[in-house]
Amino acid sequence: METENQTPILETAGQPVVKFFGVGNAGIALLGQLATPEFAAAQTIAINTDAAAFATSGATVKIHLENKLLRGLGSGGDPERGRALADEQFSTLKSACEGANVIFILAGLGGGAGSGISPVLAKAAREAGALVLAFVTLPFDCEGNRREAQAQTALEQLKAAADGVICLPGQKVFKLIDENTSLVDTFNFSGGFLVEGVRGVWQLLTRPGLIQVHFSDLCTLLRDRHAENVFAFVEAAGAGRSREVVDKILAHPLLDEGRALADSDAVLVSLLAGKDLTMAEVNRVMEQVKRQCSHAQIIMGAAVDAELKGKLCVTVIAAKQNLAAAANFPTRVETRTGTPNATSQRDVVIARPARARRSGAKAVQTQLPLTIVSKGRFDKSEPTLHHGEDLDVPTFLRRGVPLN
Amino acid sequence: MFDDSNIVVGLEIGTSKICVVVGEQNAEGALNIIGLGQSRSRGVRKGEICNPEQVEEDLRVAIFEAEQMADVEIRSVYLGVSGGHVRGFNNRGTHVVVSAEREITSDDVDDVIKNAKAINLPAENTVIHAVRQHFFVDGQDGVTNPVGMLGARLEVDMHVIHGHANRLQNAIRLVRGTQLEVDEIVFNGIAASLAMLTPEQKEMGALVIDIGGGTTEYVVYSDGAIRHTGVLAVGGDHVSNDLAYGLKVQLSRAEKLKIDHGSALVTDETKGQSISITNELGLELKRINTEHLQRIMSLRLEEIFRLIAQELEQAGLADYLRAGVFLCGGGSRVPGLVKLAENVFQMNVTPGHAGAVNGLTNTLDQPEFCAAIGLAKYGALKSRKRAKQRIVHNFLFTTGIKNAFDRLLKR
Repeated sequence: METENQTPILETAGQPVVKFFGVGNAGIALLGQLATPEFAAAQTIAINTDAAAFATSGATVKIHLENKLLRGLGSGGDPERGRALADEQFSTLKSACEGANVIFILAGLGGGAGSGISPVLAKAAREAGALVLAFVTLPFDCEGNRREAQAQTALEQLKAAADGVICLPGQKVFKLIDENTSLVDTFNFSGGFLVEGVRGVWQLLTRPGLIQVHFSDLCTLLRDRHAENVFAFVEAAGAGRSREVVDKILAHPLLDEGRALADSDAVLVSLLAGKDLTMAEVNRVMEQVKRQCSHAQIIMGAAVDAELKGKLCVTVIAAKQNLAAAANFPTRVETRTGTPNATSQRDVVIARPARARRSGAKAVQTQLPLTIVSKGRFDKSEPTLHHGEDLDVPTFLRRGVPLN
Repeated sequence: MFDDSNIVVGLEIGTSKICVVVGEQNAEGALNIIGLGQSRSRGVRKGEICNPEQVEEDLRVAIFEAEQMADVEIRSVYLGVSGGHVRGFNNRGTHVVVSAEREITSDDVDDVIKNAKAINLPAENTVIHAVRQHFFVDGQDGVTNPVGMLGARLEVDMHVIHGHANRLQNAIRLVRGTQLEVDEIVFNGIAASLAMLTPEQKEMGALVIDIGGGTTEYVVYSDGAIRHTGVLAVGGDHVSNDLAYGLKVQLSRAEKLKIDHGSALVTDETKGQSISITNELGLELKRINTEHLQRIMSLRLEEIFRLIAQELEQAGLADYLRAGVFLCGGGSRVPGLVKLAENVFQMNVTPGHAGAVNGLTNTLDQPEFCAAIGLAKYGALKSRKRAKQRIVHNFLFTTGIKNAFDRLLKR
């Protein structure tokens, strides 16, 4: 994780060494979706507690976490078991991570393996000196409260352990598909979203750039931010492609129709197009993105890929600090005293500068019922608040003007 | 409906009254007010509908009255909207002119306006008006129509007024329910300033404050364009409510006291004076201290002005109002209000009447009808524009000239 560690590797290889980890059944399925020629150069590693899932996986390395207690039945949907196993074999995980600059963790949170192992793996990967990016899916609402709760806990642990977490709530995908979509298609669809994100970051790091996004840029965006990230990958072709791309970004469901950009404090934009990419197009896209997030630090990159004739692909990653999560996280770590990493995780959390979140979310003003002031006919109506003052209350009362 | 009729109707569903103004356009397009109907509004709070059935009933009364007076059948209206959810802000859009000879075309203008409209609204909000202020060509200020000019960079300042889509929709649906069509929705503040301000006053810079029953709208014009708009969900109802609370009388009694004895300033001669409240038999129930009454009113009204003044100060507009402040709405009838406004704003204050509309009889030229008259005028301006367009592009009209509200109206 220190730059001294990274430099020799970077120098020899010319570009960062990337490893993909698929954790749990869902993670391995995502790895399967990633298996396109583009990613042939990268090493893929599958990790699971259940040996059965390995059979279909084409991963280069398969790590089977197992002990006698499980009797080959997997973690049984219990993240604690997954975590215990991973802690037990921490050194195995760490050695699997050795030598990589960037590690992508793909997992579906909510179950036993994904939720339990991913945070430990992220920890191991960071200790091995890599930048860790986790791409995870959260369960659908219909999968029940328990899985939801497990997924949330795991997500918070993962946020503390990894450099960046990009999560895709299943429920968000639900809104994007129509009613007749089959179950298989839905999972492929949500997996496809994540894979698009992975591809965007991958392209960013590996393609020769006209305006290069340095590896360190990505680090600054994500490292120690423990950010809540959103990403979007859009592409368009034809004459008005730059305009179309901007429209698509602003309408992208994962960016909350562009509102996520306004809330974020760091945004990475990477453009990829054929040789016909013009400066005016780059300018038009950046202009619009810049307008959406005037407060944010913007990192941009542009790269040319001869194969993309007439197409323009844009990847947007927006990161924001989540103060709410930061505030309540330390206590949760403290309760989990069994893990050897607890203290160092907490240090990271506390070291983060306490910065106010951008005023994207609506603050709801509540009133303490200390003095009961009748608002007469406005009692039941929506209060008229102006800079925190309830204008429905008679002015002379608020000013304290005496009437004798 | 506009093809065969020269009747334009403005409808304002206010907190205290529903007002329908019928205007007739002559061949030259000038507007003549020929009818007015009004009724008490009982289903509206703070400018927003809270009891649709009641409003519908009141609305029918007002429409009937207006139809009787004007002797026409009303088929469609320009509907005024307001409420605390309505907000305005300025936004700038930029566009790089890409054509080889750098001549700005109307496509470029469409693009830059589109860019200026691309804003982060909350999902539930919708744009009511998007008014262009000025274009900038390569930083050159004050261009009103850049088509045909040469330049590399085109920018435009827009004033965008937006509101909560569902609440706006509620009003539209309600009017539709009475078998009337809604031509367009118009922000009440803009309608009032249309009725009151002449083009010269807009050029010089003016602030229009419409003090209604439940809301106070304000609009700032300068250099002929809208600079700032806003709504405070505070109005005459609040004054009555304060009085009812402070003087410990019923709300209806407070309302009457406000109208009969109200004042925006505490005057010296009322010191120690009192008003007696009597019951229906003429027996005295209570004595009210006039000074208290005026103090309560004065504090509330002054607060409204101060809030507006503060906002203009923040927007940096306070020094651009050379034509001064214009007051309208039922609230502006309070004696002494002009003096109070002068004290707060430190500039010339004119009590409102619809000065920008011709041929108004005295009975119609009242401050509380300004917004509704303005709505009719807005309609007249729109339909004149349409008529013009019809001659030039006849096919455009048949396919329907789209405006910002079509999407909203069609839902």
